[in-house]
Amino acid sequence: MTEALLEVRGLVKCFGAIMASARLSLSIMPGEVHAIIGPNGAGKSTLISLIAGELRPDAGVIRFSGKEITALPVHKRSRLGLARSFQITSIFQGFCALDNVALAIQACSGHSFRFWQNARRIAALREPALSILEQVGLAGRAQTVAARLSYGEQRQLEIAMALAVKPKLLLLDEPMAGMGQEETEQLTALLMGLKGKQTLVLVEHDMEAVFALADRISVLVYGQMIATGTPDVIRSLAEVRKAYLGDEEMEGA
Amino acid sequence: MADSGYFDLRSAVLLLLLAALAVIPLFGDIFYTRLFTRIMIYAMAALSLDLILGFGGMVSLGHAAFLGVGAYTVGILSLWGVQSAFLSWPLAMLFSMLIALVIGAISLRVSGVSFIMITLAFAQMLYYCFISLKGYGGSDGMTLAGRSSLAGLLDISRHGTFYYLVLCILLLILFAANRLVHSRFGMAIQGIRDNERRMLSLGFPTFRYKLVCFVFAAGIAGLAGALMANQSLYVGPALMHWKQSAEILVMVILGGMRSLAGPILGALGLLLAEEILSNYTEHWMIILGPFLIIVVLCGRKGIYGMLKGANDHD
Repeated sequence: MTEALLEVRGLVKCFGAIMASARLSLSIMPGEVHAIIGPNGAGKSTLISLIAGELRPDAGVIRFSGKEITALPVHKRSRLGLARSFQITSIFQGFCALDNVALAIQACSGHSFRFWQNARRIAALREPALSILEQVGLAGRAQTVAARLSYGEQRQLEIAMALAVKPKLLLLDEPMAGMGQEETEQLTALLMGLKGKQTLVLVEHDMEAVFALADRISVLVYGQMIATGTPDVIRSLAEVRKAYLGDEEMEGA
Repeated sequence: MADSGYFDLRSAVLLLLLAALAVIPLFGDIFYTRLFTRIMIYAMAALSLDLILGFGGMVSLGHAAFLGVGAYTVGILSLWGVQSAFLSWPLAMLFSMLIALVIGAISLRVSGVSFIMITLAFAQMLYYCFISLKGYGGSDGMTLAGRSSLAGLLDISRHGTFYYLVLCILLLILFAANRLVHSRFGMAIQGIRDNERRMLSLGFPTFRYKLVCFVFAAGIAGLAGALMANQSLYVGPALMHWKQSAEILVMVILGGMRSLAGPILGALGLLLAEEILSNYTEHWMIILGPFLIIVVLCGRKGIYGMLKGANDHD
């Protein structure tokens, strides 16, 4: 068996009396699309923040591509190849779409203590940025100020920036949040295109997208993984239905 | 930008200003030559504050500390007999930058109101520190015997010569700052201003970039301080009082944050208004205050922002 790309063991994080992560364990294999589902308040966003490094766990160990990263700050984890997108769109509103992605490329092209050359005229930053925009279908909007993009386009830009740093592992925190049907389908198609090439952790409420995309699914309830398995296995688990899918299906009916 | 179809008011105003600055000493009125020398020096200080405030998003209320350190460096060295500008001006920048390194390393660990308060506290500490230096004039400050010497290349004791030297330095700073804000460093700094969390997650060690920006700005302010000592031939602790910091802050806000021309217009506007209005009343702030409120309420982009049309993104 190959070694896991990301290995989380016995993770604990408390906010006061609430245990957002309760001895949580998780392995992400290289190349897989791993979805994490669970009801609101299950601790999904906390888990993403713990993996990305914005929160420090009270106990437990996180290993990433063979290295322990439990104590590393966010920017160092990012440099190791751990990128994320944000649930609440987190782009640079005043910059145009191309600037946004170019800044992400800049982040992984050595230090930025370069004070003289005009960054907008550096082909090594602009060209790869444009090709990423093409990949997510935003090439036509490259020169548009990010604040003026539609909501769906901003979500696409959000993912473009995360892809631009060429991560080994990409954490997507509810990429479909707030999107319409058509936009969701577009984004699902985009992520489908990454399948097999990009290791993905996908936290998402849209079950259709999750079951279409995921190689494996983990179910998070009250800070614990109650099940992990292929989409078919997860669909059939009575426990999971009770905890999560049941409500969802009833709402959907 | 000029491609927006309508008459480009911004470039016109800036060219006019540059032309005016180029000819002012030719009229031979020492009063105006000295006034505009002072305005240009303040413009440098305001521009340097805008680098951290407008481009870096760091609201510092202690910027005058670096002016003061620059001025005192020239003053104290001159007292020791060091008159050479080639030595004392770079040292003024260096000391300002060193002190900014210490102040920044501590205060940049926090942001928002805490950052304002810590920068203010450091500046006031320096203020009282120099008041207690009896050997260098204490609270009275000290007068300088003369302007720095430029190894016989230029005689800046002549007001006109000094004026043109200051103008050249201002243009050089403007040119360098323009390169800086469009460079990779400039993009990083503005990214941090807009969304530091995202910058961290992209892999930028944001603290380092903010600190370097803070130190750069202090270097320019230190040079402005050195020029100020030469301009007035006086160095005193009032230069680093928090009111001085606030005045520079007002210049930046009045002229327009996030642009390099804005602070220059702000320094010009504030100091000219002070000069003109104080002829009529000593309470000139009563007139200027409401004007400032209107400027801030109308668009928050200051004078420079008003010049560029309502929704004109560059």
